[in-house]
Amino acid sequence: MAKGFDIRRQTGFTTIALSCFVVLYLPIILLVVYSFNAGDSIAFWEGFSWRWYQSAWANEQVQDATIRSVVIATWAMVISTICAVLAALATTRQGKYRGSGFVFALINQPLMVPEIVTAVALLIFFAMIKVATGYTGLFYLILAHSAFCIPFAYMPIRARLQGMDLSLEQAAMDLYASPWRVFRRVTLPQLWPGILAGAMLAFVISLDDVVITEFVKSAGQDTLPTYMLGQIRRVVTPEVNAISTALLAISVVMVLAFFFLSRSRK
Amino acid sequence: MIEIDRVTKIFTGRGAPFKALDDVSVTIRENEFFTLLGPSGCGKTTLLRVIAGFEAPTKGQVTLEGKDLVALPPHKRPVNTVFQSYALFPHMTVAQNIGFGLEMQDRPKAEVKKTVDEMLDLVRMTEMADRKTSEISGGQQQRVALARALAPRPRVLLLDEPLSALDFKLRKDMQIELKRLQSETGITFIFVTHDQEEALTMSDRIAVMNAGEIRQIGGPRDIYDHPAERFVADFIGDTNFLTVDLEAVEGEGATVRFASGEALQVRAPESGATTGKVTLAIRPEHASLTAPEGAVLRGVLENIVYFGTDTHYHITLDAGDRFVLREQNQPDQTQARSIGDAVGVHVPVSVGQVLRD
Repeated sequence: MAKGFDIRRQTGFTTIALSCFVVLYLPIILLVVYSFNAGDSIAFWEGFSWRWYQSAWANEQVQDATIRSVVIATWAMVISTICAVLAALATTRQGKYRGSGFVFALINQPLMVPEIVTAVALLIFFAMIKVATGYTGLFYLILAHSAFCIPFAYMPIRARLQGMDLSLEQAAMDLYASPWRVFRRVTLPQLWPGILAGAMLAFVISLDDVVITEFVKSAGQDTLPTYMLGQIRRVVTPEVNAISTALLAISVVMVLAFFFLSRSRK
Repeated sequence: MIEIDRVTKIFTGRGAPFKALDDVSVTIRENEFFTLLGPSGCGKTTLLRVIAGFEAPTKGQVTLEGKDLVALPPHKRPVNTVFQSYALFPHMTVAQNIGFGLEMQDRPKAEVKKTVDEMLDLVRMTEMADRKTSEISGGQQQRVALARALAPRPRVLLLDEPLSALDFKLRKDMQIELKRLQSETGITFIFVTHDQEEALTMSDRIAVMNAGEIRQIGGPRDIYDHPAERFVADFIGDTNFLTVDLEAVEGEGATVRFASGEALQVRAPESGATTGKVTLAIRPEHASLTAPEGAVLRGVLENIVYFGTDTHYHITLDAGDRFVLREQNQPDQTQARSIGDAVGVHVPVSVGQVLRD
């Protein structure tokens, strides 16, 4: 019997697949393993211990950076998700209008402009405002993070809106629901999985950012990633591994949480 | 009650503009079961969406009891729709779906509950009240969609091919159910379908549509027995079309002469020709077989097809036309005719219909 094209039967498929997995996961596995190293080295195994987790936990700079990271990521998540919902509604529920493709490109600008360019531009722009107003708080970082998180929050929300049956909203309209009530009672309840996905993506992206944060932050405003970058320039100890592993765990938990949330809603 | 006055709808998008409705005018009466019948793409659903408010007419007026509807957004029109896809809210229960319209009208909670209970009872879904809409069958979803649209007691109920997703038996039951609901509630129904049988069994009046225009409006019997033109005759049921000479028109009646030389009393066309070559439509079951001598049409029996309830006789007329004739079967009848027989066709007086050109 003739079989269709099966990529798994092509020569070299297994080798390529395995090498990809090795390159992707081996470094991460090593990083996690050495976070439990009892010694000072990130290359020689000297036995199991929690000491680097304890040391990271007790490190005030780490505590400080963690709190700052979470505060920024939470704000960025909230602001960018709200913007993304509005943008997604405007680009999927308005019908085709002149320039809709251009608007779409504008929303996704952070995905297309090199991050370093945005970083330099924000550095210069915010420096001007700092000089003019004298304000040097966290707001600049929150604003910058919100901006580059919008496309990440936007994508899943838009996808969800496009997949929704338009006749549901029409049925609500037909049954005397004003536009706001159509949104509250029909669109929003159906949109939740998309909003959750967008929000979590935005949170993780913000938590993870180095380049823009490094350029925009004022003195003493290290986030966890920029703190780690600073540490690596000096002495490298498995404490960095421990912090990385903790970040990894948070991301995995969020992704899993989203997965189960969206499944239970179906 | 509802006046559609010279409504035109042109869709412009990518590609050529498309005229979905072309100068359509019709008046739908209070408490009427009115059907828009036509093939897909004929504009029937567009007309329904114009009444519901989902499409704005390019030109023309829609009024309900003299009040302009076009200016009102969908949520301010006293009109509800049963969607082809049902469009039940998947995050609500059956009862919540049915109560949605009343809730949006800010009716008191007790009244909402009372009406929902009545509606559940009306469509026989009381036991299913707390089910999710994904947990009930297609026929049940259909009844919930109906109850949801009826609950706010709209002046007019619009139904967009609501039975097309159901299987044959369920569709038959729902046809009777719909007719019952219409007479029990006294609400005007505007029903869209491409199924001629559905239209004939349920409607008080039918508008047959084609290519964005209404071709004929009338009761089921009018439309079936006296189609105004070839499209209508062809779309609804089977018809024999014969070219004849129109000799005289007197009021509703007319005299035509066949190629055989025989003359016959038929129904005059709605408008158009008074003499000359015209097309005559004769339904297969309105004619009967007879001896060739003295018959208005004569020919040779080509084929006999047994259908259980009736038998179809395919005849090639002496003039060369084909003619199909249908006769009701009786129990234990033996077939008296055989293929190749010379036969005559008897057409009663005032049964044939001359079509407008």
